This record gives sequence, C-alpha cells and structure tokens, in this order.
Amino acid sequence: MSEPLLEIASVAVAYGKVRAVRGVSLSVGGGEIVTVIGANGAGKSTLLNATMGALPLAEGAIRFAGHDVGRLGVEERVALGLCLVPERRELFSTMTVEDNLVLGGFRVPRAVARDTMAEVYDRFPRLKERRDQLAGTMSGGERQMLAMGRALMSRPKLLMLDEPSLGLAPRIVADIFRIVADLRASGVSILLVEQNARAALAAADHAHVMELGEAIVSGPAAELARDDRIIRSYLGFH
Amino acid sequence: MDGTILLFLLQDGITNGAIYALLGIALVLVFAVTRVIFIPQGELVAFGALTYALLEAGKVPGTVWLLAGFGLLAFVFDVVAAARERALARRLAKAVLIDLAIPGALVAATLAVAGRELGSGAHFALTLALITPLGPLLYRVAFQPIAGASILTLMITAVGVHLALVGLGLVFFGAEGLRAPAVSDLMVTIGPMLVTGQSLAVYAVATVAIVALWLFFDRALWGKALRATAVNRLGARLVGIRTGFAGSLAFALAALVAALSGVLIAPMTTIYYDTGFLIGLKGFVAAIIAGLASYPLTALAALGVGIVEALASFFASDMKEIIVFMLIIPVLLWRSLKHTHVEEED
Repeated sequence: MSEPLLEIASVAVAYGKVRAVRGVSLSVGGGEIVTVIGANGAGKSTLLNATMGALPLAEGAIRFAGHDVGRLGVEERVALGLCLVPERRELFSTMTVEDNLVLGGFRVPRAVARDTMAEVYDRFPRLKERRDQLAGTMSGGERQMLAMGRALMSRPKLLMLDEPSLGLAPRIVADIFRIVADLRASGVSILLVEQNARAALAAADHAHVMELGEAIVSGPAAELARDDRIIRSYLGFH
Repeated sequence: MDGTILLFLLQDGITNGAIYALLGIALVLVFAVTRVIFIPQGELVAFGALTYALLEAGKVPGTVWLLAGFGLLAFVFDVVAAARERALARRLAKAVLIDLAIPGALVAATLAVAGRELGSGAHFALTLALITPLGPLLYRVAFQPIAGASILTLMITAVGVHLALVGLGLVFFGAEGLRAPAVSDLMVTIGPMLVTGQSLAVYAVATVAIVALWLFFDRALWGKALRATAVNRLGARLVGIRTGFAGSLAFALAALVAALSGVLIAPMTTIYYDTGFLIGLKGFVAAIIAGLASYPLTALAALGVGIVEALASFFASDMKEIIVFMLIIPVLLWRSLKHTHVEEED
C-alpha cells in the first residue's frame, strides 16, 4: 500500500507546560476528506497549526508527501503543497482582493499563478467582481471565499480548513461545503476541522473526534454519524 | 528680507528636505514591514558619508571593521539559533555565505582598492556596497530575535542600537569631522537662483529613489510580499513568505537609502560620527507627520521640514532645532484628536 499524503504520528503540542494536544495520530490519503470534530477547546485548531508549522511539536512526527516535515518552517511546508486556511482567515486586509490572490501564489511560477487565478475566479465569481476592493471591507462569507481562493493559489496537495463555516449564514455554509466537495473531485485532499459536526461528517470519508487534546474516537465518517455517543455529544441539538 | 534671500533659503530648504525625505521614507519602510522605529537610520547616513569621504581621501574606512564585526556576531547568532532548532547542517552553508563570505569579500575588496585613484563613481558604489549589508546584519543581531515583541520594546531596542552605533562610530571613525569633495563644480543659473550640481544630484537621486520604492511596493511581487508581511505576519507565513527574509530585505533597502543620502550630504556639510542623530530626527519628524504610513506624505512633510529649518536658521538661528522639532507637537495633537485608535487585527 502506498504511503498516505499526510501522516501525523503520536503528536503532542504544548503551550508552555500545558499540553493542548496529546498523542494524536491521523492520516489523510490522496483525494480524501478527513474531518476532526470536537467541542471548543478540544485542541483541533492547535493540531492544524502544528501540522502547518505555526506551532512547534513537543512530541511525535509529521510526514507529508514523502518528507519528514516536523521540523520545517511554515514556508517550506507551503512549498511542498501543504496549505492552511486558518480560523481567523488572516487575510491582508488593507490590500485588494486581487493582491491577496497574487500573494497566495507567492511560491508558484508566474505563469502557473496566472492560470490558477483564472480557475479561482471561475470557482468564486464573487471574488472576480470584487477584485479591486480591499479585503478588509468584505463580508464574512466573501472573506472565507477569499481565504480559500488565496490558499488554492498555492496549488496545494492538501488543504487544511479550520472552521470554514464559523460565523457564516446557513446558505453560505452550504456553499462552502459544496466547494469542499468540488475541490476533492479536482484531486485536492482536505483535512477539515469543524464544530458543525453534522455537515462535516456528511462531507468527509474519515472522521476523528477530539476531546481535551486527545483523539477519542476514529472511524469512517458514515459510521461515526450513526454512533450513539457521537450523536448524543455532538449532534444532539439538531 | 528680499526675494533673492527667500529664494536662496527655499532652495537650501528643499535640498535638505530631499535628504530628510529619503530618511523619512526609509523609516516608514522599516516600520511598515517590521514595526521597528529605526532610530539608527541617521547613524547609517553618517557612516555612509564618512565612508565615502574616507575613500575619497584615499583611506580605508572603519566601516570594514564594523561590517566584519557585525558579520561575525550575526554568524554566532545564526549558528546558535540553528543548533537550538537542530537544523545546523541545513543552515550552516547559508550562514557562512551571508554572515562571513559576503562581508569578508567586501572587506577584502575595500582593503585592496583603498588608496588607489578609482574615481568618485567607484567610491560611491563601494560605499553603497559596504553600508547596505549593515542593515540586514543589524536586523539579524538586534531585531529578528524579538520580531514578535511590542512596538515599544522594539523602539527601546532601536534606541539601544542607536547608542551602540554612536559609540562604535567614535571608535571606528574617530572624533574628527570629515567632508568629501563636491561631485562636480557644475553651477546652473535658473532665473535669479544659482543651483549647484550637488543640489541637482540630490533632487535627482531623491526623486528616483522615491519613485523606485513606490513602484516596487505597488507593482513587484516582492514589494507586495513586504507589504503583506506588514499587514498580517501570520497570513504572510501561510502563503509561503519567509518573514525573517522580508525584515532583512526592508533593512537592506533602508541601509541602501541611508548610504545614498550619506554620499549626497558628504560634500555639503562636515559630518562627524554623531551627526547622524540630528539628521535622522528630522527625517523622523517628517515620517511622524505622515503617520509613519504614507511615502508621498512623508516626502512632502520632509520638504516642509527642510524649508522651515532653512527659514528658522535665517530668522532665529539659535532656535533652529527647537522650531523644527516643535513642528511635531501640533501634528501629534491633531492626530490624537482626529483619529481613533485602529487595532492591528482585521
């Protein structure tokens, strides 16, 4: 069997003495959608940030696309095809939509970036309409689209999405999940962190449930969506 | 006072103002990318002027030892940081190249050519080559290790670097003032005004530098990357910009602009090892008037500072500096009343 695209092995991440993530292992294969669900503060975002290299690993190893990336800088992981859309989007708010996208393609050759921008504008026509507008003046949904568009500009092999539906209207959340499914169809693997567990389980192939920094349940998403404990803890209020 | 004197003062003010504009723009540039208020920019200007004057006088400028010293220091920093992150093997070659090989080659080249009649052009180029790497080396040693600190911490560090550089300036350049010979004896008469070739060179260089910087930040991918780093550091890292390199690049550009200004003023006035501070403060006044944000406003404000200074030195020469620095007070008052505080978050 071939090696998975991303393999996180027994990873721990600490803020000072507090271990926010302990002994988490998961893998994402090519063309797969894997989701990590769990309550606020379970360590999901910490796990993504550490995978991206924005936080240092206290323990464990991360392999991506055949490389040991556990000690590489964020920039080097971007160059390998790993990309994170963070919960706070982290856009360049005083720059135009187009400049945000141009910078998203910072690591790819000029000609590729030009073609990719055309694809991104096809996928998000809204961004094309607003290309000269400052990123900071856009609505929450548009900013999420810009954050995803900017991430796609780097031509990622694996896209990590941190709470893409957070704070968005239901109709826009549906849009976002439709785009996630589209992306997988075009060959991008996705690691999705969500509090909206129902939508995430519906979209994903594989799922992991995190609680207090540990992965407590893992399995095929469809099975977890039927698991009584999961329904009670995470889907109960729907 | 008649019109001729006024014209003369205006011309003098604009010439000085153009130098302050270069300084102010470098300050805005460094602040935008790294949030450092780079007070030692004035020292780099003075070092540029002294380096050029010494090369013109056929001597080896103390800049070479300064460069070698900071190179060694940066090398130690790089090696220790790489060893801590257990990435020594990967980063050693780069550290040797940037911290040792490049400064070493510049030192060797300067030692080889000093004292030979190379002409002003070569001395000019050599001055730029010696001063520019000081920017990134200073950044590496003083600011990069605390890149995430508050603006106040960074500013206190900048004051420390300023004091250190003034001391090092005394050690390496001596207490004696220096002045370089004029670039040309050209004199142009425009109406009632007599304009020196030196002033024309100042206008030309300042204009070209400002337009080039504007084009760089507005059009070039690397210019946009520097702006992006200023707007959102984490966002910049996530798209693959090495923010440490962005800081180095900003400091290199600032040092380049400082070297340019230094060469331009070297023939106009006598420069001492500590002259830079006053010049730097005037560029700082201009940058503050423009809110440390806008290049064109900074350039305009710098011209204003230059003109006010020229007029003040004619009418109340004792109060010259006081009047110039008092300009900052109404501007700060106006800014604090007009602007609400803007958070850095998006």
